[in-house]
This record gives sequence, structure tokens and C-alpha cells, in this order.
Amino acid sequence: MAPAGPRSGDAIFASVERVNAELFTLTYGAIVRQLLTDLEEVDEVNKQLDQMGYNIGIRLVDEFLAKSNVSRCVDFKETAEVIAKVGFKMFLGVGASVTNWDAEGTCCSIVLEDNPLVDFVELPDTCQGLYYCNVLSGVIRGALEMVSVPSCASLSLVFSSSS
Amino acid sequence: MGREVSESCIDSLLTEMVSSYCNRFYANKPELAARRIEAIGYQVGHQLSERYTMERPRFSDHLEAIKFICKDFWSELFKKQIDNLKTNHRGTFVLQDNRFRWLARMSAESKAAQAMSMYLYFPCGIIRGALSNLGIPCAVSADISNLPACEYPESYVLCVVMHACSLCSNGHCHGQL
Repeated sequence: MAPAGPRSGDAIFASVERVNAELFTLTYGAIVRQLLTDLEEVDEVNKQLDQMGYNIGIRLVDEFLAKSNVSRCVDFKETAEVIAKVGFKMFLGVGASVTNWDAEGTCCSIVLEDNPLVDFVELPDTCQGLYYCNVLSGVIRGALEMVSVPSCASLSLVFSSSS
Repeated sequence: MGREVSESCIDSLLTEMVSSYCNRFYANKPELAARRIEAIGYQVGHQLSERYTMERPRFSDHLEAIKFICKDFWSELFKKQIDNLKTNHRGTFVLQDNRFRWLARMSAESKAAQAMSMYLYFPCGIIRGALSNLGIPCAVSADISNLPACEYPESYVLCVVMHACSLCSNGHCHGQL
């Protein structure tokens, strides 16, 4: 019997236990708000969000590998596609797209058109420089480190809200 | 059913939040960590109860509001209702959830008693925030216990004790966490 192939993000998302996204969105928002109150400096909050994401990513990658059945990616381009199409889809329920590759193929943008983390969120002017979704950078960084992809130090995802 | 995300998202976010506040930000100050975790829950509960009661008329009394928490509110959050509600008719209510989802997936290390009790400040905050938005200031605490193994092997019973009284509203109630 042929071994099972990789599963699509949609299929995995349909098969996992799911919860109300509002709870997730509002919890994340409350955490960011509390961090801003406790840490005061926007840069420090960015750093902590990344660290929290990293700690989440190093564990979440196990679930990703177990459920997605992906084989080893041949290059970074494939890795980025898998993160965008399978990774984001199976956890957040939305797929992402990969664009903006540089000439060497080591840097790209992963674009989330519809990001549950930012539903209902408006950043006041006092939060200039806050990378609200920085937890996602950390998650990807942590996950990649666990599968031995040397993470570039400048991995940062900046999500701007659509108008 | 509105938009959804995988349950792992909320599980990992909550676990990491509790861990960050307990082990990093307030490493040797569990009371401060607890207050922060409860405050985050309060914010969430406040906003969620606002959203879930937008189209309803005001609740006629405390009991109606608490029944809302036990049924509709809890269902939105956990896809099930509170299993048991008791009151002494003097302002104290006990809510019992026999299969509290959030605890079921915690890893073995984080099941240490202190970690668990820190974690519970979050749902307590949610309830306190929700009720406060409905005009019922209260003090909320929670406890967990295991059901006998033969029933649901990995289930935790969450018991939430709420005390709603006039003293709570001016901060003089000693039922506080």
C-alpha cells in the first residue's frame, strides 16, 4: 500500500478540534494590552511577543509534523510555501501567500490577507512601532529551528491592517 | 458558528501566557503574576459578554445573568454548558464543569499544583469580567478535582465559586482571590 501523502491545510483544519476564534482574538489582544501596561516600552513588548511565539512554535511544530505528513522540504522556497499553505491554514484556518522573494531565495514575505489575530483591532497612535502580530514571527522561528532550518536573524513579519 | 481557529492555538497561547507571567515577568512574585493573569481574563470576559448580549434585553436579576453565563456564554467558549449550578440564595454560587476542556491538554510538567492554580485565574477573570459587564460585581475563585478514573480518565472538574454581594462593589468583600 502506498504511504499516505501530505495532507492539505483544509483537510487538517477540518479534522482538528476547533474553537471560537473570538476567544482567541480577544485573549491575544488582552495579553498585548497587559504587556504594554506592564512593560511600557513597545520594543520590549515586541521582544516578549516574539519570545512567547518562539516557545509556542517549538512545541506546535510537533503537531504540525504529525498531522500534515509533509516530507522533508528540498529548499527554503518549499518550506515557505508549506508554512503559508499548510501551517497557517491548519492552525488559524486561513491560508497565506508567499511573495517578494529576493534574488538569493533566502528572504520572502508571507502575506496573511485575513488574520484572525487582528479582528476588531485598532492600534492607537501611542503604539507606534508595535509589531502586534509578532507572536507569529516567533512561532515560525521556533518551529523552523526545531526542524533545523537555520533561522535568519532578521526574520520579522509585519502585518499591516487592510483599510 | 462564527469564525474558528484550531484548539491548539488557544491552548498554546494560554499555556505560554501563564508560563511567561509566572516564570519570566514575575518569577518570584506569584501574587502579582496571578493578578495579571486574572486581569487578562477580566478584559476578555468583559468584551465577550458585551458581544454576546448585544441583542438581548437586560437581565431581570442576578440569577438570570448567572444562568446566561452557565448556558449561552459557556457554550460559546467551550461548546458545552455548565453541568451544575448551586446557590445558597445568599449571593454565593457554585458552577461546576465536569469536563473542563482547557485543562485536559496541559502537559504533564505543567500539571504541578501551582501551575494549575495559576492557570485557573484566567477563567476566573473571564467570569468576573463578564458578570461585571452585566452589572454584577463579584469575587470568583476556582478549584479542580479529578473525576474517578473509570468515568472520564483525563477529565477535570472545574468548580467555580462566585460571591456576588453589595460589599463586592466597593471592594470590601473578603471573598477576593
